[in-house]
Amino acid sequence: MSSNNRPLSPHLDVYKLPLSALLSIVHRGTGAFLSVGSIALVCWLMALAEGPESFASAQAFFGSFFGILILFGWTFALFFHLANGIRHLVWDAGYCFDKEAVSKSSLVVLGASGFLTVLVWIVAFTFTIGA
Amino acid sequence: MSLRSPLGTAKGLGSAKEGLHHWWAQRVTAVALIPLTIWFAFKVAVLSQSDYQTVIECVGSPWSAALLVSLIVAAFYHAALGMQVIFEDYISHKAARVGAIMATNLLLFLLGAAAVIAVVRIALGG
Repeated sequence: MSSNNRPLSPHLDVYKLPLSALLSIVHRGTGAFLSVGSIALVCWLMALAEGPESFASAQAFFGSFFGILILFGWTFALFFHLANGIRHLVWDAGYCFDKEAVSKSSLVVLGASGFLTVLVWIVAFTFTIGA
Repeated sequence: MSLRSPLGTAKGLGSAKEGLHHWWAQRVTAVALIPLTIWFAFKVAVLSQSDYQTVIECVGSPWSAALLVSLIVAAFYHAALGMQVIFEDYISHKAARVGAIMATNLLLFLLGAAAVIAVVRIALGG
């Protein structure tokens, strides 16, 4: 073990990640990001429970440039993790394991998460309940 | 005194039937979160420009509050299970690993509890 100079595989800095491998690590990344991002959800609910003043300041923060930036990243992470998570469940059931199917479903996952992210933001800016 | 080897005693007993629990709980919460997150994301989207009273009524209605509490429990449990796997994979120092998992579990429980309390308070009109 100590004098072992044989090449290890795959060395990430000389190895071009296939799309499926990239999505795999992004799934983990978005999962960790969403865990941290859950703090935003808790803050929003807490502000709403506190009363009109704190809710107004929470809305002001989430409506600011920085707030929208966070929320945009948050929604993409959510929908990516959702779409890729469904793919994981399909794999768990034993389907779509061959290389072609995985390459194809990688594109479906990216398309679906992009589509849902754009859709939810269009809804946010065009539909409103109440005043 | 038994002359059987430790391996001999363990053989044939089967597994402790606990090994699947983490994996299975991750899947059950994942399935629950599919409809819940889609519902929640679009609910927040339509409420993003609503006034305080509308949001309170919309979030605090009985079914909405029930779905939200379900979402919170499933999401934080799912997050705790997922973060545990990440720490198990990347932290090789045992004490640091156990400490990180425990700290994350406690923190996620606190956040989940806070979120549930907030929803309950909104629903009961406190």
